[in-house]
This record gives sequence, structure tokens and C-alpha cells, in this order.
Amino acid sequence: MSELTRAVEALLFVAAEPLSVPELAELTDAPPERVERALDALCDRYCEPRSGIVLERAAGGYGFRAAADVSEVCTRLVDRPPARGLSQAALETLAIVAYLGQVSRPEIARIRGVASDSAVGGLIDRGLIEEAGRAETPGQPVTYRTTTIFRRTFGLDDDESLPGLSQFELDEADHQALRARLHLVADQRAGQA
Amino acid sequence: MHSTTPGWPSATAAGPGSAAGFPASGAAPRIPGMILEDLELDLDVFQGPFDLLLALILREEVELAEVPIAEIIAAYVERAYDRGALDLESASEFLVLMAALLEIKVRLLFPGEMVDEDEMTPEQAEAELMARLIEYRRFQGAGRWLRDRYESEPRIFRDTLAPLAPRPQPQVVDCSEDPWRLAQCIDRLLEPPPPIDVSSVRRPLVPVGKFLDHFRTILRERRAFQFEEAVKGLDRLSQAAAFLALLEMVKRGEAVGEQQDVFAPIRVAAAPPGRAVESSAEEKAIA
Repeated sequence: MSELTRAVEALLFVAAEPLSVPELAELTDAPPERVERALDALCDRYCEPRSGIVLERAAGGYGFRAAADVSEVCTRLVDRPPARGLSQAALETLAIVAYLGQVSRPEIARIRGVASDSAVGGLIDRGLIEEAGRAETPGQPVTYRTTTIFRRTFGLDDDESLPGLSQFELDEADHQALRARLHLVADQRAGQA
Repeated sequence: MHSTTPGWPSATAAGPGSAAGFPASGAAPRIPGMILEDLELDLDVFQGPFDLLLALILREEVELAEVPIAEIIAAYVERAYDRGALDLESASEFLVLMAALLEIKVRLLFPGEMVDEDEMTPEQAEAELMARLIEYRRFQGAGRWLRDRYESEPRIFRDTLAPLAPRPQPQVVDCSEDPWRLAQCIDRLLEPPPPIDVSSVRRPLVPVGKFLDHFRTILRERRAFQFEEAVKGLDRLSQAAAFLALLEMVKRGEAVGEQQDVFAPIRVAAAPPGRAVESSAEEKAIA
């Protein structure tokens, strides 16, 4: 293993967050092309199922993580992994923040139809979302965005790596079912009135 | 604007100019609180008690668009300030009342520009609701995708914010051994060890008497000698025994020690005749 490869390996080991190729090139005083070759060598070495730790591209850089087959053992070491046991409300809120980029609580509440303060608070506690300034809309509410931990947890290079929202569009049958349910609820309400 | 105040239906339920939320008869509604009952107003368009103004507005005898709501609020606040107390319940009811008036006034000033959800046709409302539900369903699907992605390949990495789990403590089994066997082991531990035989260790004996005899012989021959020279080449224990012998001779008056300074050489000379005290018994004890 070359000295540069060993240096890159050590940097990725001690770094708190994924390091990008330009960052590694600056830290090692090596040209980016050589850093990429070193990363290729390390990716070959730290890959599943060969190694218990895996080097992967995530959150705009490269970082080590536990191999999937031993992650269950590793979760015993932490009190609460960031994405374990997320409620449906939290997952929906997380998806809204991830897809809309910077979004405020009122916007989240408008989309979900219910207040999402608790879900937002829980996601902040887990480090999956963070404050991102204030919106220009009236009242200037605080906006939120996803974090590096979110991207690493879900193995996303950036928010662009998410599948298109159109993938989750309802088909015609779902539309019909939704409309029928809507009418049913309306009829029930009318009957009660 | 959805008031839940008893007797004050939602102001949004009525259109412009129809005295939203107020009794259709045009009678003045119940005036909440104590302040409003005697709230006198002095406005450009009206001068008199507030409840009369309200009644005139409801009967559409006073144009609401001309009534400065802000001045009514200022008069109310001033009145409350003069009284030195503000009943929160009446104040909140007043707030609801003013909000309703403001909304009606806005409708009058900007006719046709406000589209209220409640004014939608059923078809419009259904379309609006469907659009919202469809949007919500997309994010619901995205949330499921996130969950599936995490569950299919959970990613654990070092810089997680999650606190470390408590370290596992070694399990202590309450009683894994036979208590009688434990007692036997403790009995064995409590037995004193056998005494150690030190008979093989040689204890060096340095008889002081030997040095007494030696020093007496020297003093008989030479009358004086240097102590250091006499003990030169001996080990430390023998030198100590020789020094004790010298002290004994000085004590008995057999010899006199002279030393010019601390750590200076000691000169031992025979004592003048008649000072020596013989004590063979003591001498034997020392030896």
C-alpha cells in the first residue's frame, strides 16, 4: 500500500465527517487523480463481505461505516441509532424536508394536514435535520434542512440522490380509491349532520 | 377567523355587508366584559356609546367602511388603562369582536378579491382536498422509501450523534458454589502458615571483647594508636564493634580518645594509671 493510500486511509479513519476528494487532496498535498486512485484501492480493500468496515461514498465525500451484516452488533454500542424506530409521522416529515430542501413547520403541517412539531423536534434530536435560517414568507418561520448524518444514514451522496417524487405518484386506481374514500367520509359527515 | 365564543358564530360564515356572525334581527349583541358597557366613543362618523354604534352597524345605518376600528381599539385600551385592570376574558372577547368587524370591513373595502375556502363550491373543495391528499401521499411514499432503505441496509458509522449505550456490566451470579465447600476454602485460608525455618541463615558474630583485648595489647606496647589504622580493612560491622570496644575502654578509664574535629581521625591513648575500672562481668556481657 502506498504512503498516500495509507495517509488517506488514516484521514478517513479519524475524520468526523466524510471527506471529499478535494479535501483529501489538500490534506495530503497530492493531486486529486492520485487521491482517487488511492480511494479506489481502499474501496477494494474495505468492501463487503471482505471487511467488517466498508468505505463508501456518502454525503458528498468518502467515509467508513460498519458492514451491513455486522451493523446489528454495532447498534448495541449506541443508545439510539439515528434512524431506528422512526415513527410514520417522523418519516413523512423527514421526506418532506429532504425533498423540499428548506421547509418551515407551517409548510410541513400544511402538507401533512396536522401539526408536526413533535416529529420535527424528534428529528432534530436525532441529528437528521437542522435549522437552516428563516423563510422570507410572512412571520419569517424557521426553516429546516437535512444533515450529513441523514445522508450517511440513508446512503445518499446528496439530496439529488433521492428518487424522483414522481416515483411515488398515485396511479389512476389509487386516485379512484382516494376519491371514493373522500366521498364516503363526506357522506358519513352529511349523515351525522 | 373561527370564533368559538358562545353566542358569536364564526365571522367567516357570512358575506360582506350581511353583519357576519351577528344576530340577523339587528339587535345589539351581548357586550362582553365591563369596559365595553360604558365605552364612550368620539369618532368622526359617530359619537356615543359603543353598543349603540354596534347596533347601527348591524342595522347598516352606519357604514362600517367609514368606521376607524383602530380608534375603537385605542379607546378600549385607554379605558382599560384608566381602570387599572384588564379582565382577560372580556379582553379576548373584545379581540374576537374587533377581528370580526375588521374582516367584514375588509370584505366591504375589497369586494370580490377574497376567496374564502368556505365559499368554494363543493367541486372546488373536493379538487383542493384531492390535490392536498395526493401531495401528501407522495411524501408518505417517500417516507416509506426511506424506511425501506434504512431497514434493508442499516448504516452505522462513527460520528453518530447518538450517545453511547451503557457499557455491559459483568454478570455476578448470586451463588454458584456449594456454601460448605466455600467455608472449607475459607478455613484453609484462615490457617496460619507454618513458621519459616531460618536456622540455615548464618548470623555474623563480632565479639567486642576481641577488640578490647586487641586494643589493650596495642596500648601496652605503644601507649597510643590511630583508631582508623587499627580497624583498617575490616567490614562495617567489625568497625562498629571496634568502636564500641573503644567507647567501653574510655568509659572504664583505660583509654582516652582525642579527636580534633568532627569526622577527624581519632587518636586513642592509654589513660593515666589509676583510672581504669576493672569489670570482668560487664566485659563478658558485652562480648
